[in-house]
Amino acid sequence: MNKQVKDADEAIRGITDNMTILFGGFGLCGIPENCIKALALSNIKGLICISNNAGVDDYGLGVLLAKHQMKKMMASYVGENKEFERQLLSGELEVELIPQGTLAERIRAGGAGIPAFFVPAGYGTEVQGTKEVREFNGKMHLMEMGITADFAIVKAKYGDTRGNLIYNKTANNFNQAMATAGRITIAEVEELVPYGTLDPNQIHTPGVYVQRIFQGTNYEKRIEFRMTKS
Amino acid sequence: MALDKHGIARRIAKELKDGFYVNLGIGIPTLVANYIPEGMEVILQSENGLLGIGPFPGIDEVDPDLINAGKQTITAMQGSAFFDSSASFAMIRGGHIDLTVLGAFEVSEKGDISSWKIPGKLVKGMGGAMDLVASAKNIIVATTHTDKDGKSKLLKQCTLPLTGVNCVNRIITDLAVVDITEKGFKLIERAPGVSVEEIRAATEGQLIVEGEIPEMTL
Repeated sequence: MNKQVKDADEAIRGITDNMTILFGGFGLCGIPENCIKALALSNIKGLICISNNAGVDDYGLGVLLAKHQMKKMMASYVGENKEFERQLLSGELEVELIPQGTLAERIRAGGAGIPAFFVPAGYGTEVQGTKEVREFNGKMHLMEMGITADFAIVKAKYGDTRGNLIYNKTANNFNQAMATAGRITIAEVEELVPYGTLDPNQIHTPGVYVQRIFQGTNYEKRIEFRMTKS
Repeated sequence: MALDKHGIARRIAKELKDGFYVNLGIGIPTLVANYIPEGMEVILQSENGLLGIGPFPGIDEVDPDLINAGKQTITAMQGSAFFDSSASFAMIRGGHIDLTVLGAFEVSEKGDISSWKIPGKLVKGMGGAMDLVASAKNIIVATTHTDKDGKSKLLKQCTLPLTGVNCVNRIITDLAVVDITEKGFKLIERAPGVSVEEIRAATEGQLIVEGEIPEMTL
């Protein structure tokens, strides 16, 4: 078993036009920086990107957007990206806005082999659309579908050569569920160690879900809103 | 005198009980954290995967891996827990959070809320708001009673795209505390120095006023 690849360029091999890709991260926290940069330098286009947010104008997924490599975005909030809002309002970019909790659960369900489930979020709103509606315990619910993708690209703090991953603090966010829902999951990590190093009790993502892993470099870890005590 | 945003936050903090798990939305709701009574233990949940939000960090403590739902750097309190987004919303959807406070553009007398979209102008997305209002046990909206053009935000029916239906329990504004009942808005308290007439004039929806309406104690 050899899951280790050299770098992001090797990791993204096999990603082609029009594929559906899950990207981990919440804002700029826990985003797979190296892989996003590698995709932005490639000629791959027509991507259907699923991520909670769309980065900022000049960083994260915002770069793929600016280079017109994205055909469609599925996200819960795109407020930090002016170009995104512009492309959305002008109709250049197809956008599906999904409630954050529903998005997280759709991805978790997809990885867990659950094709559909019912949740109350969005009932009575434009999110309802033509979805099936059912009442449970006197409360209305919408039927939502599980999400899987061609690739899932996640970022973790620690990973081992068997693909076991440990995330750090709020940099986990969508990464854990997404790692389960890609046909191929790529993990970029801050520290890659030989298997046997990590404590099995601490693993967030068991290695079965991960097909390719590499140690990333030069993480910027940009902060969107630096708030301090003073 | 109408309250300022800190006054609204201070009044909302009176709804807190010891041992409560609370989710505070972006804007005025986050200020509620500054007014948690001395000695009361309230644990703040951040929908991006933290139970136990602490104060903003010192300059040397800033950690890019530790942010709140508004993407601001924060700290984690002692006894906190980290988890992923699907677990976070399982906690919310499963009704485990005692109190949710969020802002709004409009609230209707049936408890509908519009808070995420102004068509053609503000289409940033709903984030976790729809999940929160659909599942929370106790929802308080923190808002000014009227918008900056003086138009009421407490309406018969919401005009903007909805975040949720039939879900708001209480609204706390710069003028009043208003509950949603089967019959419509019910006035519970007045801001100090604010009259019932003033509140009625600022409320487009049906406002029920029964008996003497006390002033808020802050």
